[in-house]
Amino acid sequence: MRAFCLLLCLSMAIDAAAEAAAAPTPERRLELVRLVRQDCGSCHGMTLKGGLGLPLLPDNLRDKPAASLVATVVHGRPGTPMPAWKTILAEGEAEWIVAQLLTGFPGE
Amino acid sequence: MNRFLVLVAVLLGGCAQQALRGTGDLGVVVERAAGRIVVVDGSARAALGTVDGLGDLSHASVVFSRDARYAFVFGRDGGITKVDLLRQRIERRVVQAGNSIGGAISQDGRLVVAQNYEPGGIKVFDSQSLELLADIPATYGEVGLRSKVVGLVDLPGNRFAYALFDAGEIWVADLSVPAHPHVTKFKNVGNQPYDGLVTPDGRYYLAGLFGEDGIALVDLWRPEQGARKILANYGRGEEKLPVFKMPHLRGWAVAGQRAYLPAVGRHEVLVVDTATWEEVGRIPVRGQPVFVIARPDGRQVWVNFAFPDNGWVQVIDTLDNRLIDTLAPGKAVLHLEFTPKGEQVWISARDDNRVLVYDTRTRKPVGELRAESPSGIFFTARAARIGF
Repeated sequence: MRAFCLLLCLSMAIDAAAEAAAAPTPERRLELVRLVRQDCGSCHGMTLKGGLGLPLLPDNLRDKPAASLVATVVHGRPGTPMPAWKTILAEGEAEWIVAQLLTGFPGE
Repeated sequence: MNRFLVLVAVLLGGCAQQALRGTGDLGVVVERAAGRIVVVDGSARAALGTVDGLGDLSHASVVFSRDARYAFVFGRDGGITKVDLLRQRIERRVVQAGNSIGGAISQDGRLVVAQNYEPGGIKVFDSQSLELLADIPATYGEVGLRSKVVGLVDLPGNRFAYALFDAGEIWVADLSVPAHPHVTKFKNVGNQPYDGLVTPDGRYYLAGLFGEDGIALVDLWRPEQGARKILANYGRGEEKLPVFKMPHLRGWAVAGQRAYLPAVGRHEVLVVDTATWEEVGRIPVRGQPVFVIARPDGRQVWVNFAFPDNGWVQVIDTLDNRLIDTLAPGKAVLHLEFTPKGEQVWISARDDNRVLVYDTRTRKPVGELRAESPSGIFFTARAARIGF
């Protein structure tokens, strides 16, 4: 039962992320891809294999709920160098980025 | 007749080989996304050629052999590539770690050392052959965790200093006998050191702290005194701004008797007196400083900024610690490097795909080079500087 609930929550979170994935316009998506590759890349690596920050490849993120990943992007992780991106990214944009990270982030 | 033959021989000889030239005014520009470097002539302000196949250069740094013939390029993917600047080709290449952040070269030029995030530690290589000579894991704590290594610099005596991000320690490795490294550890220096520098005389090692306001300092001439903290609580308890890019430290922080240091999470450059290490001023600037670099004569300090203020560069006059210029060289300014005596500064504008050259006296652009997503710029004059 618990496993079922977890699965349900997970699929709801993924659905939510997928739904919001329609949010950014195609032009904005290009900007977001560049932002992630270049600016997130300064800590996570341009190939997202990690650096001072953790690796962000699908294999590394698979076990983590999308909602908590979105929260990390929006609010940062206190006690680590991960900053809150809420002044730069709208919540829907963070959701779109997380959905892309979970499925394999596009190249520029 | 004889004279004619000699003339022919001289002409043929000249055709067969490149004109002789030195390397003292050469440099490299990293094209981070392409895994390639451009070899540049700093006097002609022109590209001489490119060398590719250098791996993931998303956080690349470069040191030079002491004859300034070879560049050692350290890539994010753990690659060290030894590049011949004159022939513009790869001499040797090894992949020595999973995730790397930079490197240094020893005082005598014989050792090249890489600082690694994964697995955390440093590795020591022969600069001729790139053969592994020593491996020093950055192990800390009771259960033997591995820390990411940051802030590696060379010191006099074939020693190297570096900081352990996860452990909050500074280590000094004596590699005068490379196969038998001797490591001195300074523990509890502060929370999350993010980068380090050594003063140009090789005496003081500074590790900037991310996890708290302050900088850890070790007097390497008097190591028995241990590490101490300077600029403690420079944020005065105020919450810091989100830091979208870590600042970078090097010996270029020092201008005359003062050091100019980036405040983390604040729009300020901090000024300290290097005789007392007391704060003597702070300069409000346009964004969060990333590189705070003194012109070689120390009269000016040039500053670039973290995203989203990375289109600006500001210039400080060190005579009265006053901002004298605000420039907009291009989109996403990632790095700046002075020519050896500082008459020009080269600035990489990543999103404009070009490197701008400014006259530092007039602070006007005097030239530019095309480069694909340029990041680091490194001139061979670094070969002769302690801590570069």
